[in-house]
Amino acid sequence: MYVDPEIIRLLAFLVGVIAFAALNAAYLVWLERKEAAHIQRRIGPKEVGPFGLFQPLVDGIKLMTKQLIVPAGVDPVLFKIAPILVMVPAIMSFVTIPFGETLVARNLDIGLLAIFAFASVNVLGLLLGAWGSRNKYAVISAARVVSQNVAYEIPMLVTVVTLVMITGTMNLHTIVLQQQGGFWHWNIFNLSASPLMPVAFLIFFVCMLAETNRAPFDMAEAESELVAGAFTEYSGMGFGVFFMGEYANIVIGASMATILFLGGWDCPLGLFPGVLWFLIKMYFLIFTVIWIRWTFPRTTFYGLLNLSWKILIPISFFNLILTSAMLKVF
Amino acid sequence: MSAFAESEANETFVLNLGPQHPATHGVLRVKLTMDGEYIVEAEPVLGYIHRMHEKMGENRTWAQFLPNTGRMDYLHALAFNHGYVSVVERAAGIEVPERAEYLRVITSELNRVSSHLLWFGAFILDLGGFSPLLYAFDDREHILDLLESVTGSRLTYCYFRFGGVYNDIDDNFVAGARAFIKRLRDRMPMYHNLVTKNIILMKRLQEVGPISAEMCRKYGATGPVCRGSGINFDVRKHEPYSIYPEMDFEVPVYEQGDSMARYMVRMDEIEQSLRIVEQALDKLPEGPVMAEKVPKIIKPPKGDYYHAVETARGSFGVRVVSDGSNTPYRLKLRSPTFSNLSLYGEACRGMLLPDALALMGSLDLVIPEIDR
Amino acid sequence: MNCAAIKQKLSAVGAEAISETEYDRKGFALDVQVAPEQLVAAVSVLDAEGFFIEAVTGVDWLGEQAALRKEAEAKVAAEAKAKADAATAAGEEPPPAEPVAEQGELPEDALEAVYDFNHYESLCRVTIRTRMPRSKPEVPTISQIYPGANWHERETHDFFGIKFVGHPYLVPLLLPEDADFHPLLKDFRP
Repeated sequence: MYVDPEIIRLLAFLVGVIAFAALNAAYLVWLERKEAAHIQRRIGPKEVGPFGLFQPLVDGIKLMTKQLIVPAGVDPVLFKIAPILVMVPAIMSFVTIPFGETLVARNLDIGLLAIFAFASVNVLGLLLGAWGSRNKYAVISAARVVSQNVAYEIPMLVTVVTLVMITGTMNLHTIVLQQQGGFWHWNIFNLSASPLMPVAFLIFFVCMLAETNRAPFDMAEAESELVAGAFTEYSGMGFGVFFMGEYANIVIGASMATILFLGGWDCPLGLFPGVLWFLIKMYFLIFTVIWIRWTFPRTTFYGLLNLSWKILIPISFFNLILTSAMLKVF
Repeated sequence: MSAFAESEANETFVLNLGPQHPATHGVLRVKLTMDGEYIVEAEPVLGYIHRMHEKMGENRTWAQFLPNTGRMDYLHALAFNHGYVSVVERAAGIEVPERAEYLRVITSELNRVSSHLLWFGAFILDLGGFSPLLYAFDDREHILDLLESVTGSRLTYCYFRFGGVYNDIDDNFVAGARAFIKRLRDRMPMYHNLVTKNIILMKRLQEVGPISAEMCRKYGATGPVCRGSGINFDVRKHEPYSIYPEMDFEVPVYEQGDSMARYMVRMDEIEQSLRIVEQALDKLPEGPVMAEKVPKIIKPPKGDYYHAVETARGSFGVRVVSDGSNTPYRLKLRSPTFSNLSLYGEACRGMLLPDALALMGSLDLVIPEIDR
Repeated sequence: MNCAAIKQKLSAVGAEAISETEYDRKGFALDVQVAPEQLVAAVSVLDAEGFFIEAVTGVDWLGEQAALRKEAEAKVAAEAKAKADAATAAGEEPPPAEPVAEQGELPEDALEAVYDFNHYESLCRVTIRTRMPRSKPEVPTISQIYPGANWHERETHDFFGIKFVGHPYLVPLLLPEDADFHPLLKDFRP
């Protein structure tokens, strides 16, 4: 029997991608707990396995054995579908991310567009879950999530459009290939295209924090205000899936920042490019995200919107115009 | 969704903040009428841990009520001890040896620092910053160890007795207290650099939750709440008791009346309390820690008596009415947070939910003390 | 602002009795007794002088009248006994015991509402007391003058059943919302 090797390849990648997403979610929780502990002068998980490394597995088993409670009064369909709506697009996004020169499941010509399209489904999942919960805290949280995501998608996409103008392609693989050969080739330092590129990276990073609902922009959860926000009524694995989705989104955000600005799998000195470099850069960004969370207090909601509409959007538009002018002139 | 808007005319909804909610620090419930995220009306609902201490006081002897005082304000229990023993000593005319007064001031000021440290951590936690809590608890732990060595308990102290204190301190305590003063003085700049000067924190506190001096007066607010509104009122200076007149310290007052002002008042008070402890340790006289002639059964003469002390949250007053028997005829406990919280409904009208919670945190609520 | 001036202004609005107390001994400077009708006028004086409200509470004087009569009777008996003793000592015939005067029914015991006011700048704690009969414990509210009195009056209503006439929202504050008992009354049995 003849099986197209392409199908086997796809299946292998699919399994790999799902495993990668799930493992990342589990071990980012471990990383988060360890990092938070050390920032707070504690030790963190240490009982289960060496350095508490088996803690996420034990936690996962605990979550899976818990009863799935569907409270009376919730919309049962929306309530159950919402965690999946957060998780599935996140996993699908992994398909087109090039981790290495050859390590990519499906190299789409419009990979960039696909990822941002999938990313915007995330907010829909949170909205439906919160609305379906029929909990007042959750509904307030849903209103926050939507306006926050709308506000931050604009500067993020404008920044990405700027980048696409420079690279001339939406193929992530090609974008990385254009940046090969040392850190001075990376887009973040591509000052000849636009002197504002480092600022553009910062805008992208801030927007990524906001889009993934991470502190100091964790308006959706805001446990001291909204108890647990959109997740108030969730327990057991419903809650667990939401969280895996959140962490998967962080991984995608960090990967995108790596691909678009930090040269993907390129070595900073231009030698020995490889997957390892990609992972180092990505995890460094994730480390920074966690670091920020455990260092800063939460902003207020209007402070968050002001930041986007009054600062980030004008700067990103200015950057867009500047870049197009420079492309035209030079 | 019909639960939220019954008709077009009625687009507000009621949100029950508590009794179990992370920001209310205990079992306080606030009934919020909200228009979106704006608060139209806020009504605190009290009494979830009401234990009727005043009735308990009428049913036991003067001395038997002592342990109850530490169970109202569990964060500054020694000040509540102090208020109650002072009023009974005033009523029964008991003289207290000087060393005992020094020990009272040293321990209750250390307790005030621990209370402010816990407030500091919990307040930043309300604002979404996790890590300062652990640092504050680290410092607070040193105070608890010190106080445990002399009082025998870590939280609900019952250290003061009519006519003195229960236990004398030793050299270890003095050395430990001095070491702690040095440690916390070294760490205060770190707190200010990492937390006070944080731009997000400043934006969240400045001009949020303004309370005017007139509002403080109408609601009877005391403590850091009124001092953050420009009123220079501290019972330790206003009607000096114990050995406070001999101590050299300042009362921090800020004019702005916003949450930042109340934050700064408390942070400055930590430093002032350390100054008081240091001076008291320097001047500590020798002598007994218990008065010689304290009757076993106390029967204060008929009449009513009042005594106020400054706790970490404001002026705590005890009014006792004695009918000359061995139990109080009436015991009124005037708790500071009760008055401070009563202005919340007016102060947070028209605010956004996160700002209202910042305001609530800045009032420094201890629910058992409100409910008594 | 000093306490003597306050004393004059309070007596001008018709306070029944004002006594200056020894601060170190009692913890308050002025002890003012007013009738319930004068309460609002007296509190307005303090409001105009910039006092802040510290607390409102009550005291139940159940059995006070009986105790007072007992005391008075004891006094009369002691006087009679002293007279008789003096007469015996002088070698005279002791005078016949006087018939005990008919005293009629006991006057009703009182509930007392106690208001504490303090001043931010000067040391002058003023205590205002007003008495009302136990069977009809009614006193006008002062929550329109001091909004902070709102909660204190609700608490006092919880504990003593004193009705603050004109109070906007006199429902239990610390007790359960359906509580119909008043635990600090001396005849309260749980």
